Amino acid sequence: MLLKAKMLGMAAAMALTAGAAHAQALVYCSEGSPEGFDPALYTAGTTFDASSHPIYNQLVEFKVGTTETLPGLAESYEVSEDGMTVTFNLRQGVKFHSNDMFTPTRDFNADDVIFTFDRQGNPDNPYNQVSGGTWEYFSGMSMPDLIESMEKVDDYTVVFHLTRPEAPFIANMAMDFASIVSKEYADAMLEAGTPEMLNQAPIGTGPFTFQAYQKDAVVRYVRNDDYWGDPAKVEALIFAITPDASVRYQKLQAGECHVMAYPNPADIEAMKSDDAVEVLEQEGLNVGYLAYNTQVAPYDNPTVRKALNMAIDKQAIIDVVFQGSGQIAKNPIPPTMWSYSDATVDDAYDPEAAKAMLEEAGVSDLSMKIWAMPVQRPYNPNARRMAELMQSDFAKVGVDVEIVSYEWGEYLERSKDTARDGAVLLGWTGDNGDPDNFLAVLLGCDAVGGSNRAQWCNEEFDEVVKAAKVTSDQAERTKLYEEAQAIFKDQAPWATIAHSVVYMVTRPEVDGYVVHPLGGHIFNQVGLK
Amino acid sequence: MLKYFASRLLTFIPTFIGVTLISFAFIRLLPGDPIIVMAGERGMSPERHAELTAQYGFDQPMYVQFWNYLSGVVQGDLGNSFVTKKPVWDEFFALFPATLELSICAMIFAVALGLPAGVIAAVNRGKFFDRTLMSTALIGYSMPIFWWALLLIIVFSGILKWTPVSGRIDLIYYFPNASGFMIYDALMSGQSGALWSAIRHLILPTIVLGTIPLAVIARQTRSAMLEVLGEDYIRTARAKGMSPSRVNAVHALRNALIPVITVIGLSVGTLLAGAILTETIFSWPGIGKWMVDSIFRRDYPVVQGGLLLIAVMVMIVNLTVDVLYGIINPKIRKR
Repeated sequence: MLLKAKMLGMAAAMALTAGAAHAQALVYCSEGSPEGFDPALYTAGTTFDASSHPIYNQLVEFKVGTTETLPGLAESYEVSEDGMTVTFNLRQGVKFHSNDMFTPTRDFNADDVIFTFDRQGNPDNPYNQVSGGTWEYFSGMSMPDLIESMEKVDDYTVVFHLTRPEAPFIANMAMDFASIVSKEYADAMLEAGTPEMLNQAPIGTGPFTFQAYQKDAVVRYVRNDDYWGDPAKVEALIFAITPDASVRYQKLQAGECHVMAYPNPADIEAMKSDDAVEVLEQEGLNVGYLAYNTQVAPYDNPTVRKALNMAIDKQAIIDVVFQGSGQIAKNPIPPTMWSYSDATVDDAYDPEAAKAMLEEAGVSDLSMKIWAMPVQRPYNPNARRMAELMQSDFAKVGVDVEIVSYEWGEYLERSKDTARDGAVLLGWTGDNGDPDNFLAVLLGCDAVGGSNRAQWCNEEFDEVVKAAKVTSDQAERTKLYEEAQAIFKDQAPWATIAHSVVYMVTRPEVDGYVVHPLGGHIFNQVGLK
Repeated sequence: MLKYFASRLLTFIPTFIGVTLISFAFIRLLPGDPIIVMAGERGMSPERHAELTAQYGFDQPMYVQFWNYLSGVVQGDLGNSFVTKKPVWDEFFALFPATLELSICAMIFAVALGLPAGVIAAVNRGKFFDRTLMSTALIGYSMPIFWWALLLIIVFSGILKWTPVSGRIDLIYYFPNASGFMIYDALMSGQSGALWSAIRHLILPTIVLGTIPLAVIARQTRSAMLEVLGEDYIRTARAKGMSPSRVNAVHALRNALIPVITVIGLSVGTLLAGAILTETIFSWPGIGKWMVDSIFRRDYPVVQGGLLLIAVMVMIVNLTVDVLYGIINPKIRKR
């Protein structure tokens, strides 16, 4: 009896401490495991959520909730007149984290900046091959061609010499691969013979310090009390890795986590009417499209492309394929991106007019292929279903559609072919919030035969986009990109279909969570009421 | 007995080589260039593609790749994951204890309920109890795991709030996961409440994973018992005036156990297949989910290494079952 009473007392005490611990820690039900903790090695958003956002800083950073950049570890920067050199003035007194193996002896300085990029671009850097580094983003953003050299002027000034003027360079410096790592830590680990610790036991300057990771189960962080910026509002941050979306919702309802990502689209309506949770939403930084092959007749004729665009009932696609969690796209860039042209008028859904336009263009008995991707993407959750809807839409204007698909790798490869037969369903998620990352990458003449799946090279469009890339004044760039969007709409190399809507679900006690258009889940300024 | 064991052990070697070859070939037979899949929509230049192909050794002839793999395996090196860049060996042994812990619990659950249910059904053949038990077993056998798991979560975690939704332990408990077996680590941590929390987290996944084996074992026990109960020696035992419970427990069950043990051995494969879904739903950090993710990512080293290690585990279980046969039925080891 006595024992029982004692145990009850213990249980009560435990419940109290449990409550207290929960009040300090923010628990995020994440959708998957990070691949590692050195963001430059990886390309997945899940990895960035667990690494670059809580642990690290970049020279410039995205203002949460926007694609605008703010000063980060660089207090300021100057771009030279000719756009060929960028000088970063670094913040002083910034401390790196410490762990069991390492305690920093100096503050963050220019050596860390140079090391961060040198290891990614210089094959002779001892860290270039560590952890099987392939530095996908560094090379994907053309950094090896762009950066001619880096120069340390003094401890707090670094100059990047570029091979050509490039306005998006600043936004690139805010990307995850540009997270600044500690050279002192890297040197210490190299000496200790454990260089892979840079990836497994990360040291950064960010608002949270990495504490522990158990694969497929949990990642733990504690607040960095020496943080140079506004300190985090919670003492601890925990990622409870929960792959199934329905289970994440159950956990959120049961109070086992405070925030969850990627709800099932089918659950959103129920969540919105559930008082126990709050649903936040924003358009994602992506676009789903149908790219015609503009080098093959009759799709080389803009009238034919426009007519087909007018035959697609986009609202039905939003309702059926996205189950409401999407928005009709009229431009090739998403509405959360600066320079998005509100003036664009979308091709109206009008099968009768479409039919007439096809006849006018001398096209009859057209049969075409639509390629449906074999994978799910935010910009296209069910490509097969989308293709089926288009098939029936096109049938109404007398166009016969055959749906084809390939294994994902094959699909990506074959769709690049300039002689490809058929229109391809695909999409894109932005990397750095810069319009160039959509317009030049997906529609530029240089990308024909590659990521330009419409194989569309329009000189007028290409000139405008290229001019914007070398202009550093943002107002001027905005004008040029608006012009580019108008040319795009007139020429219609794609049917722009949808931008996904990103939902985040939180408990009511969560305070200050903002959905980030670049897709990251960021908890630096999130508190618990 | 030793000779019997040795002969069983010898069959291990060709099986092992066969499994190595199959696991190597399996992932390569799937269409899809892992490097293109890795790059996704972003794509990469042909030069970069060639560079990475060389870095991963895919430009070498298949037999050279297999030879390199095989010589690695013999030396205990299964390569590094393309995705996490960590040794496959380390990842497997970090995750396997979770799967093993869950599988053991599910097996204990299945045997502890399945055996008595089968015996009781056989003894009461054709009666109401038998029919109810066997139709319940059929339902259990045909239940889709995903649906069953979500139903249990909604009822027991959502509505009744008796069990946690998912995970292995409450997040307030934090101690090094030294052995990987949460129950043991929780016990050793000395943190009050940790053990109870770990047990509570095991309940639903154990039921979900154990349901199919439970149904199979119950049905198999029943039919094996019925067969044995019709034998002459049982009639003799009864005629000698032995009590029915002694006849059932000693003479019938012991002989009925042989096919049941076969089924238990075969269920290990079923458990691993079931673990894939169970682990995904209950956020259980085991090897089932790890393998599936790796197949989608075309993570060659993980898929081939993981398959090999799982096959070895299944082989060990089957060897154990063979040895158990020998113990239960001396006739077998003399053959």
